[in-house]
Amino acid sequence: MANVNRFSLHDIALQPEQLRRQLQDPACGGYAAFEGWVRDSNEGRTVLRLEYEAFGALALREGERILAEAQRRFGVARAGCAHRVGTLAIGELAVWVGVSAPHRGEAFDACRYIIDEVKHRVPIWKKEYYQDGDSGWVNCERCAAVASHGHDEPLAQEHAAHGHHGR
Amino acid sequence: MSAPELYGLVLTGGRSRRMQRDKANLEYAGKSQLQRAMDLLTPLVARCFVSVRTDQLQDPRRASYDTIIDELPNLGPMGGIHAALHAYPDRGWLVLACDLPFLDRATLQHLIEHRASARVATAYRSSFDGQPEPLCAIFEPRSLVVIDESLAQSQQCPRALLARSDVELLDLPNPRALDNVNTGEEYAAAQAALDAATPAAPTSAPTSAPASLITAPLRRVKVRYFAVLREQAGRSTEELETQAGTPGQLYDELQRLRGLTLAPEFLRVAVNDEFGDWRAPLSDGDTVVFLPPVAGG
Repeated sequence: MANVNRFSLHDIALQPEQLRRQLQDPACGGYAAFEGWVRDSNEGRTVLRLEYEAFGALALREGERILAEAQRRFGVARAGCAHRVGTLAIGELAVWVGVSAPHRGEAFDACRYIIDEVKHRVPIWKKEYYQDGDSGWVNCERCAAVASHGHDEPLAQEHAAHGHHGR
Repeated sequence: MSAPELYGLVLTGGRSRRMQRDKANLEYAGKSQLQRAMDLLTPLVARCFVSVRTDQLQDPRRASYDTIIDELPNLGPMGGIHAALHAYPDRGWLVLACDLPFLDRATLQHLIEHRASARVATAYRSSFDGQPEPLCAIFEPRSLVVIDESLAQSQQCPRALLARSDVELLDLPNPRALDNVNTGEEYAAAQAALDAATPAAPTSAPTSAPASLITAPLRRVKVRYFAVLREQAGRSTEELETQAGTPGQLYDELQRLRGLTLAPEFLRVAVNDEFGDWRAPLSDGDTVVFLPPVAGG
């Protein structure tokens, strides 16, 4: 199977129609896509806008690895993922995942796999700007080093439960 | 199979009969032996503890660190090692005596790099008699069984224990690194040697001063910062010369230098645009990125 996967980062609005075209394949009877949109609230706070920042070189490598894994695991023909960076308004398209496959089942499964892995593994960070004027980096606010030499076991367990990658 | 996570233990429980004083508080170049040992070991392990007797818990020098109480205080170093392995039986333990004034970071790194986690322990061969040195050694989880057996037979000598166990034995890269100090004369000689080796620095120098007195080679590395760390560092990139030998040591240094608040256990590290290992050696010219928890999608 030719490697036609493509993971990309964009600092302008994503164009799903164009992205979808890369996945067209006469051997495929199914296409599944996921779009992640900017939501106006998170954990009870009103969000005004977002900023995404990426470590480009590694994000592209890890993104491509995820797409290749999905292709191998689910036997799908083509898979793509495009992620925004920069400032995004509420309702904007933040991430697009698309998969084409001979049958719908693999397409759905691979699509789900890709978005889940991207969220956990690709070095992209999200800063939320809230209505109250505050802002914060998602998943980073509870990661401060313990100031004293106290036992930090509970913190480490909480962190593990959230599935971040430790050293 | 990956090696069990490595914790550190600095032994301070022993009484110095010959010197009639607490060895942990002996000072060299303005630092107590205990602080020197903790400064050396802490950046190299996931967590670092001081082994104490219950009657030492109130000592402020010891109390400023995480402690493991030696429940069998009359057994010498074996009691402290036993207590640590009981408290965290699934970790490897790098055990250090605090009275090793010549110990340097390279010696500890060499030990860690050559760790044989499938064996009972990894230790250095003594420069004097070729026997295993138990007080700068890594004890693996499986050593607990061997220690329990020894204690059941009233055998308390950790050196004898290692000598009859399945141990990875290494030659010391620096043959003097484990020389210890047992008499007033030896202490005076060590003080003079180390004071002479320490560059003149204000006594109020922060703990970011190099912990090793044997000067480690400087590496020139580039650091890139992203997201919350970029904001905390107030820059997106910097180049610096460092004695840090691994990304873990570099982060330790930058945490202090740049006031980074994220604890390393929440971060991943990338070296030269690929995910890296916190304990792998850094090379001159490497580009290092510390990755905060990600939040794409």
